[in-house]
Amino acid sequence: MPQADRQLMMGNTACMHGAIYAGVRFYAGYPITPSTEVAEGCARELPRIGGRFIQMEDEIASIGAVIGASVAGLKAMTATSGPGYSLMIENIGYAYMIEAPCVIVNVQRGGPSTGLPTKVSQADTMQARWGPHGDYTAIAVAPSSVAEAFTETVRAVNLSERFRTPVTILLDEVIGHMQEMVSLPEAGEYPVVDRAKPTCDPADYAPYGPTENCVNPMPAYGEGYRWYATGLTHDPRGFPTERPDEIVATLERLRHKIEDHRPEIDKVRADRMEDAEIALVSYGSVSRTALQAMMLARGAGLRVGCVQLQTVWPFPLEPLRTLLQNTRKVIVAELNMGQIVEQVERIVPDGGRVHSLLRYDGELITPHQLIDKINEVST
Amino acid sequence: MTPAVKSSAAVQQSDVVLRYLRPHKKFPNLWCPGCGNGIVMSSLVRAIDKLGLAKDNVVLVSGIGCSSRMPVYLDFQALHTTHGRALAFATGVKFARPDLKVVVITGDGDCLSIGGNHLIHACRRNIDITTILINNYIYGMTGGQISPTTPSGSVSTTTPYGNMEKQFEACELAKGAGATFIARTTVYHTSQMDRMITEAIQHRGFSFVEVLSNCHTYYGRLNRLGQATALLRMFQEKAARGKAKSIIDEESKDMIVTGVLHRDDEKTELCDEYQKLLDSLSKGKA
Repeated sequence: MPQADRQLMMGNTACMHGAIYAGVRFYAGYPITPSTEVAEGCARELPRIGGRFIQMEDEIASIGAVIGASVAGLKAMTATSGPGYSLMIENIGYAYMIEAPCVIVNVQRGGPSTGLPTKVSQADTMQARWGPHGDYTAIAVAPSSVAEAFTETVRAVNLSERFRTPVTILLDEVIGHMQEMVSLPEAGEYPVVDRAKPTCDPADYAPYGPTENCVNPMPAYGEGYRWYATGLTHDPRGFPTERPDEIVATLERLRHKIEDHRPEIDKVRADRMEDAEIALVSYGSVSRTALQAMMLARGAGLRVGCVQLQTVWPFPLEPLRTLLQNTRKVIVAELNMGQIVEQVERIVPDGGRVHSLLRYDGELITPHQLIDKINEVST
Repeated sequence: MTPAVKSSAAVQQSDVVLRYLRPHKKFPNLWCPGCGNGIVMSSLVRAIDKLGLAKDNVVLVSGIGCSSRMPVYLDFQALHTTHGRALAFATGVKFARPDLKVVVITGDGDCLSIGGNHLIHACRRNIDITTILINNYIYGMTGGQISPTTPSGSVSTTTPYGNMEKQFEACELAKGAGATFIARTTVYHTSQMDRMITEAIQHRGFSFVEVLSNCHTYYGRLNRLGQATALLRMFQEKAARGKAKSIIDEESKDMIVTGVLHRDDEKTELCDEYQKLLDSLSKGKA
């Protein structure tokens, strides 16, 4: 980002600006700590640019309205936290099924249930992957700074449009509420992706047909394509089906449209990994701690590197495998009782190499906790 | 002569319906023979045809249940959503694209039980959506359980000893919540239904049409009320035609009050108000 026009900004506000930059013109939401600033920002900014904001009666209605706006033709987003995300889950599953692009921001707080409304957590990581019932492949990104709250939101909107799928932004209370100096980019600095529109004769349009890249074009309402969307398992035309071959085709397409395009979705940030013997794997607010710990450890002569997962789901298997192959030890640090660490264990052949530093008391992991862990595993 | 004239009128009517059926959707439909849902579907088509609405500008939104399967058969934009949430999705469609005509098809369980919260808030917002509630007094798709409109004492598969709960008066609920056009009709009164749905779609604001319908398969059978025709006859006998003095007339408890029950053309509509905001902000910029 350019250094001009730098301003002090909150992560939730940067997220809101990122959404607008990426073309989001519809927001429906329900107040919940610690996400509410995203809604407040959208309520203020969207009508100024011809966009639309509505506060709905609950989170179920919020995501419903977002999906409705999306199929009507607008890029649409909502923001919430754990309890609200739980309420949205059924309709998020519907969005996977009808392939409605939309973005759900989950500014994570402690749980389960009402939990810790003002305290940080990363315990919804697995929920972002497996929230709704059924089989599908999810995309989730996790910013670790105010600047990334902007850029990763742009990327999340782009991915949702590109792949016709809901995308979850896993913010956490620390990133959502922290303030940093940022400058917002000019238009054109970051790419903005719009969903592909059909050009075929409406009589031939199959919203769920077998296409080469598994993603079908999607018209806005009123453009002559009077398609039918249902949460029922459907055939290529979108009509309910119970034919085994059509069921399998639909489910496999939902998976392949994500799995076959991992290079477009995978994103990790590596710091000092070239010669690292010990890798710190983290995401979201913990990645800040990891960077600080790495610098302290390097100062003491330890070869420590950092890997930050910017894409959390689908789990970035290949980039991580490559980065971790020459490391002696891997420490996964996260604010939950161990969610991503199991994914890392899955890809590091020698299970004994993987250690975890977990914290779930509503506080951030400190650099010194990580240093202690580094000392513990390196002896 | 008379039967010939009648049959040609009937052919014309079904021609209208045929012009709005989806070309790709294979019939027969999934409704039981004699179900009222098809009667409502024809009426909706005639209303849309009469109003001359372009197919591309009509969006049908529905939830889950027998009646919510209607959009699959009709050649409009169609969003068959999750149970009870049709009005939430419809609010998103309409608020995003006020140029579209949005019609919600819902049932008594979908609209008044799981979807009750969305109903009262859509009414309160007075957003320009037409909701057609097909009330058949029971959950049909899941096999005959009580709904919020099942009469007290009725037998269902979840009230085998009789329903001890009280019922929602859907129209009064909608009125209390702020809907600005409310009508009730039955599947027996098709001409009236055509008029009610036409007026509801024309009304600028939240319009609510309750259509009393027959589920002879479950409600009728479990309560020994007879087949479809017997239930239609019941609607015919109980319906008090014309404009009602009140939504629930104490004297007409055993009767069905039909017609336009409430109308308010003064209350502002949500999308219109939002447009004013957009206009004033863009003027401020200029």
